[in-house]
Amino acid sequence: MKMARGFQRFTDRSQVFTSLVPAEARRPSKDCGTILYMERVSVSFDGFKAINDLNLFIDMGELRCIIGPNGAGKTTMMDIITGKTAPDTGRVIFGERTDLLALTEPDIARAGIGRKFQKPTVFERHTVFENLELSMAGDKRAWSLLGAELDDADRDRIMEVIGITGLSDVVDRDAGDLSHGQKQWLEIGMLLMQDPLLLLVDEPVAGMTHQEMDKTAELLTSLAGRHSVVVVEHDMDFVRSIARKVTVLHQGSVLAEGNMEQVQNDPRVIDVYLGG
Amino acid sequence: MSHAIRWILVVTFLQLLTAVAFAQEVDPRAATLSRLTERSFDVKERAIDELATYRDDVTRSILTAILAGELYYTKNSGQIVTTRASGGGLAAFDPLSGDEVGQFGKRDLRKITINNSLRSKLRGLLATFDLADPDPARRLAAVEEMIDGIDEETAGTLANLVESEPDDTVRTAMLRAIAMQSLVSGDRERQMKAVSVLEESLNPVIRGRLASVASSTDDPELRERAELGIKRIDSRLSMVRFAETVFFGLSAGSVLVLAAIGLAITFGVMGVINMAHGELIMLGAYTTYVVQQTMPASPGLALAASIPLAFLVSGLAGVAIERSVIRFLYGRPLETLLATFGVSLILQQAVRSIFSPLNRSVATPDWMSGSIQLNEALSLTMNRLTIIVFCLVVFAALSLVLRRTAIGLQVRAVSQNRDMARAMGVPSSRVDALTFGLGSGIAGIAGVALSQLTNVGPNLGQSYIIDSFMVVVFGGVGNLWGTLVGGMTLGVLNKFMEPWAGAVLAKIFILVLLILFIQKRPRGLFPQRGRAAES
Amino acid sequence: MKSVMNPSRWLGAGDRVFIVVLVAAVVLVVLGNAVAAEGSAMHVSTYTLTLLGKYLCYALLAVAVDLVWGYVGILSLGHGAFFALGGYAMGMYLMRQIGERGVYGHPVLPDFMVFLDWDALPWFWYGMDHFGFAMLMVMVVPGLLAFVFGYLTFRSRVSGVYLSIITQAMTYALMLAFFRNEMGFGGNNGLTDFKDLLGFSLQSDNVRLALFVTSAVALLLGFLLCRFVVSTRLGRVCAAIRDGEARVRFLGYRTENVKLVIFTLSAVLAGIAGALYVPQVGIINPNEFSPLNSIEIVVWVALGGRGTLYGAVVGALVVNYAKSYFTAALPEIWLFALGALFVLVTVFLPRGVAGVLRRRGAKS
Repeated sequence: MKMARGFQRFTDRSQVFTSLVPAEARRPSKDCGTILYMERVSVSFDGFKAINDLNLFIDMGELRCIIGPNGAGKTTMMDIITGKTAPDTGRVIFGERTDLLALTEPDIARAGIGRKFQKPTVFERHTVFENLELSMAGDKRAWSLLGAELDDADRDRIMEVIGITGLSDVVDRDAGDLSHGQKQWLEIGMLLMQDPLLLLVDEPVAGMTHQEMDKTAELLTSLAGRHSVVVVEHDMDFVRSIARKVTVLHQGSVLAEGNMEQVQNDPRVIDVYLGG
Repeated sequence: MSHAIRWILVVTFLQLLTAVAFAQEVDPRAATLSRLTERSFDVKERAIDELATYRDDVTRSILTAILAGELYYTKNSGQIVTTRASGGGLAAFDPLSGDEVGQFGKRDLRKITINNSLRSKLRGLLATFDLADPDPARRLAAVEEMIDGIDEETAGTLANLVESEPDDTVRTAMLRAIAMQSLVSGDRERQMKAVSVLEESLNPVIRGRLASVASSTDDPELRERAELGIKRIDSRLSMVRFAETVFFGLSAGSVLVLAAIGLAITFGVMGVINMAHGELIMLGAYTTYVVQQTMPASPGLALAASIPLAFLVSGLAGVAIERSVIRFLYGRPLETLLATFGVSLILQQAVRSIFSPLNRSVATPDWMSGSIQLNEALSLTMNRLTIIVFCLVVFAALSLVLRRTAIGLQVRAVSQNRDMARAMGVPSSRVDALTFGLGSGIAGIAGVALSQLTNVGPNLGQSYIIDSFMVVVFGGVGNLWGTLVGGMTLGVLNKFMEPWAGAVLAKIFILVLLILFIQKRPRGLFPQRGRAAES
Repeated sequence: MKSVMNPSRWLGAGDRVFIVVLVAAVVLVVLGNAVAAEGSAMHVSTYTLTLLGKYLCYALLAVAVDLVWGYVGILSLGHGAFFALGGYAMGMYLMRQIGERGVYGHPVLPDFMVFLDWDALPWFWYGMDHFGFAMLMVMVVPGLLAFVFGYLTFRSRVSGVYLSIITQAMTYALMLAFFRNEMGFGGNNGLTDFKDLLGFSLQSDNVRLALFVTSAVALLLGFLLCRFVVSTRLGRVCAAIRDGEARVRFLGYRTENVKLVIFTLSAVLAGIAGALYVPQVGIINPNEFSPLNSIEIVVWVALGGRGTLYGAVVGALVVNYAKSYFTAALPEIWLFALGALFVLVTVFLPRGVAGVLRRRGAKS
């Protein structure tokens, strides 16, 4: 019986043997259809199910907004994708075949996933320029860092990002001296320097003025297409201004998915947000 | 003056004579006793046999005295006496009546000498006395006394007594003693039977006898049987050794737990590495020493009084450290580590200046120096047993405080989420001070326990601080159960390694193992889970 | 690597002042010892010279600790172990140099082995009679220990106070091990009674002077090496790890490797410091492994100001001068003073003396 099932699995054509899945970080090619698969992912902390049988698929070049009440598991989901938290069950595949669960955070980052944290986390005792320099894509092995120097192209790239994020006045200031909004921009800039295929952006507009919000919306929309962007946000106006497809998380699993209008009119979503 | 003394002496002497004469009339043993002064050992032996027909405590004490070489006769009168030191000389007593018969110098008395054969005869006789004793413990001791070198006659005596013996333990011992004799009887069947009786025992003497039979006999079957018996004894002995090692390990572990549990609180709740923790233990130990100096006559009472006092002394010291140093350093764990290390140096030097750098020894109450005999091969020393019980009591009390009291609730709240607790109105700075005081006070209590195991000196704390941290790290931070299990595990592990690695290497192995363990479980045995633990 | 050749790019103003003062002081001491007449105000006795040489070794050790603590945020309470291992490697070479001049006059075995009735040299003593090999071991042994230890701990993400405690346990375990006669390093007494180094008597004034100068040069080179490393992008990644290791990982850096490189480098520097220390004090014993020694180094760095490198040097010199003074004049007071220093520096001078000077400089 057991053998028969084993044989069946063996002959199953869609079966990918774990031993054949490369564990090393590999940047997916840009023409793959779906950049991220999360399948039947669950994780619990001391019996509390933070993520419960979650299925999520992000297409290449897509801009996806994820909303949901507090405790819906949004940040935990990002922790799982970036390797900070290991799920109890489920699969997380990046690109065609990179198994993210087998990789550590730096390998995941090298494979092309960038993350902006809910609370802006920049290196406060480094200058803005240095923060961006450290985030720059490139050889990040310890020995290479000893002799790493910026060439003109690198410098131009950094200045370009500084231009985009509007930080040109504070290039040589310590990041710790920046305002909250500037730190948000700096972190977005660091994300851009990484040049990831998939950007995970956790509450990007918290603490921003309306003008800045518009600018952020514009930036994120322009990124989509070349990059896939996943935005977690509470601010509904902001979501409405950028959203093409919205996923609603509730109690660790997907409650509804669709465009903003569909989601807003979904009775279950209304129940969760208003009924409680 | 000397005239008067002479008179007194004469009178005393006369009184003595009459007393002896009187005694002779009432106790027929007096005549027998006097024969002990003869030089011939044969005469003495007969006298002893005669005495032994009187089966009472008086005879018993006389026989005991002969055996111990404490029976004398006076040079001038030949009277048999026992003595007791009194003033400059010896007070002599009549062994039959117990009356004092006068003062003598050492030179006035002569010891009743015995030879080896008399010695073993006396032992046997005394044993038969004890065999009739109503106290089963005495009977057991008597039988055990006979086991080595039992002769046919004694075995016969025992065989008669076995049936009527009411106590199971004593009866088993008797059967074994008889079997010991059967083993050398030469009768094959009896020997085989004897082996099957003796292999139930753990007594090393019995094992030795079996081994000597196994090596000396010409009978292959008997040899095989004896070797099997030895094997059975050994396998049970190794189980006993195992149990003993576990016991030693648990007591060593209890010390670790006691030392670490206060640390688990301060480290777990406040995230503070208190390098002065060892010195707080030391303060507790010195408190015990000081209390004992004030009441040297009653070490037990002093020890009992030391427990709350040590808690207070170390606890107050802890609160002082928290208020004066640590509260300025919250959120900077590495700096706290350094500052408290400075405090530990100051405390050490203070103790060195006050009490001298020499070690002080603290007396142990009598009841703690005994041991409980579980079987022939396993005895549990009371001080180790006390430490285990004490550790468990402290642990239980502490978890009760944390679980059932208001302050415990606040402590747990702060440990789980400091900001939230503060928002709910928990005075977190007061809770910090109290928590630190509590952890430090427990360290003081640990010091009381340690003072019973080792000498008290300024370096006492240093030797425990690293071990304590290992326990906390191993058990998992912020978890009392982790500390208990971790400490006990490390203690037992250590004791199991010691026999083949030596104490120092065992310690090194443990440290290395721990480093490897952290590879697998960086958060210890009982990790805190969830979001709070991620930061 | 082009930038190595252009120190102006990686030496700050503070560094330059420090280097000038250090070089000037060393030159003055050397002249005072070699040229100035005895009795003149400029004269430096050989005793003082050796004492200063010892301080310089401590200063190099402090630089090594500052590299890991000040720039990567690893508070090592076990750097004394690397220092002692380097010292033992040097001590083994010096023991072998004694040759037949030991008390027992054995041609190969050091006295303590003869005393223990050993009949052959243990394998780990092979080759230690060659100066080059011994000097290689001075760096390899501490480096290897740091590498293995760091590999295990960094990989499993042991950090913060946990790491500190584990490093302390490491040096403690080594101390226990080296106290054992069976280890083959002289047990309690350690290695001592050295006679000469490279054929020159250790008692001669010239050798003392040479050792002092070597220590000074080693300190200067060690300082420059560390200063260079922290000025590279690797150094900036280190500082980022110190301030937020998790974030650095999300940028794609394998932080454990970065930490491992720096930790190993630091251990090698500590080993060199130990190797220079031993011929100057004439003994190496297991007490050098004691946890107290290692944590004392940290307070030198804390006092001087961590994350500056020159602060570490200043701290090491000041505290050790104070220690020499106090332990001679008021031995009772020394531990009180050291303890108070720990408390006061951490509570009132978290950035150390260098931090205070910097703030003054920034204000004016």
